[in-house]
Amino acid sequence: MERPLRLVTANPLDQLARTLEALLVVASAPLPVEELTAAADDDRERVELALGLLAERYHEGRSGIVLESVAGGWAFRASRDAAEACGRLFERPVQRGLSQAALETVAIVAYLGPCTRPEIARIRGVAADSAVAGLVERGLITEAGREDGAAGGAVKYKTTPMFERVFGLESLSQLPRLDDLPGEVDDLRERLHAVAEQRSA
Amino acid sequence: MIVRELDLDLDAFEGPFDLLLTLVLKEEVDLADVDVAGIVVRFLERLAEREALDLDACGEFLVLVAALLELKARGLFEDESAELSELEPEEAAEELARRLAEYRRMKEAAGWLAERLSSERDRFFRVGPAPFAPQPERRLAPQDPESLANVVRLLAAEPPAVSLAHMELRFPPVAQFLERFRALLARRSVFDFDAELEGLSRAEQAIAFLALLDLRRSDEIRISQAAPFAPIRVSKVGQESAAVNERTPAWNVRSA
Repeated sequence: MERPLRLVTANPLDQLARTLEALLVVASAPLPVEELTAAADDDRERVELALGLLAERYHEGRSGIVLESVAGGWAFRASRDAAEACGRLFERPVQRGLSQAALETVAIVAYLGPCTRPEIARIRGVAADSAVAGLVERGLITEAGREDGAAGGAVKYKTTPMFERVFGLESLSQLPRLDDLPGEVDDLRERLHAVAEQRSA
Repeated sequence: MIVRELDLDLDAFEGPFDLLLTLVLKEEVDLADVDVAGIVVRFLERLAEREALDLDACGEFLVLVAALLELKARGLFEDESAELSELEPEEAAEELARRLAEYRRMKEAAGWLAERLSSERDRFFRVGPAPFAPQPERRLAPQDPESLANVVRLLAAEPPAVSLAHMELRFPPVAQFLERFRALLARRSVFDFDAELEGLSRAEQAIAFLALLDLRRSDEIRISQAAPFAPIRVSKVGQESAAVNERTPAWNVRSA
């Protein structure tokens, strides 16, 4: 009797791993473990173990395809050695020409979001309308309800999974803590206070 | 040089200066997007093209641009100026320092993101629209063909005839009665109007009366009535007695 060719050593999780592989190939966005579990119709713990197996198999340097945990889910991407070839075939329009204004705006939305355009303008000191529109168009931020939940309130924005993916973040918690970022303006503060004292005197 | 006609080519606007001003005042162009420096540069270029210094144009331009700048500044710091002006100088200084620190941190965060973007430049992944989720199966309650047939039967039933009773009031043409009365008067010189109306509807009676008035107006008949509500007697002109004629000289359509 003919027996099927066995390419991979037998593992109780093998069938599940193959299913997950298939799901990840057809997905166009990172799949959270819950979604994979539901689609594979299996046990969550087993799915996580199988994902570990796959991550090992599709590791940077081992395969042209790399499995990564990004934007709150799992997704395949091209290996970094293939980047040049990929670049000849495609470009990444999302990140092309992201201006300083756009980067500052997306940083504010990532840290303080959901937040409104007036809030962004308040921090940056200039109108944020075109920067916000550009980021929405690129799919890096999206609308997240309105201020006070009212129909007339200003639209609030938050970052999208695409933002995390483009910047290679597993989640927003991977951003450096705001308190850790240098924001000291001691010299300026002293000068401002000196002016204030003069004025009150 | 006419300042109002200064042609501009900015990111947010292209066209003459006075149109820009109009659009800004109508709030159809957001002043925050308008590069005021670009306007100044354009004006200076135009100014340089001319040999003599156009002081009138310079003055007008200065006033307009100053107004534009003031509007823009107010637009950008509307709330803040109000808030800050209520603070003591020390508090205002602290508030400004706090905001500067906040902005500086965001600038640093933007710098971190820019570095991250450049280090992740070689990560290529598939971007596409989300595939369609499978359509959930629509569960229908068990259906009885007989009840469907009943509903269709209801729909197919002839609707009740709409009553046209309110539309039955018909008005025969006045001409019909004119003909009738003229024919009558050809045979008889005098007739009793009430008797002629025997069996007619109210509407027809009214039309008949109009015909009567019409005949009177064209001076074909004379009309007489012995007393209010007494029968109306109609006689052909020239046939009536002189006495009747004299008693009703004022009775004609115009007086009616």
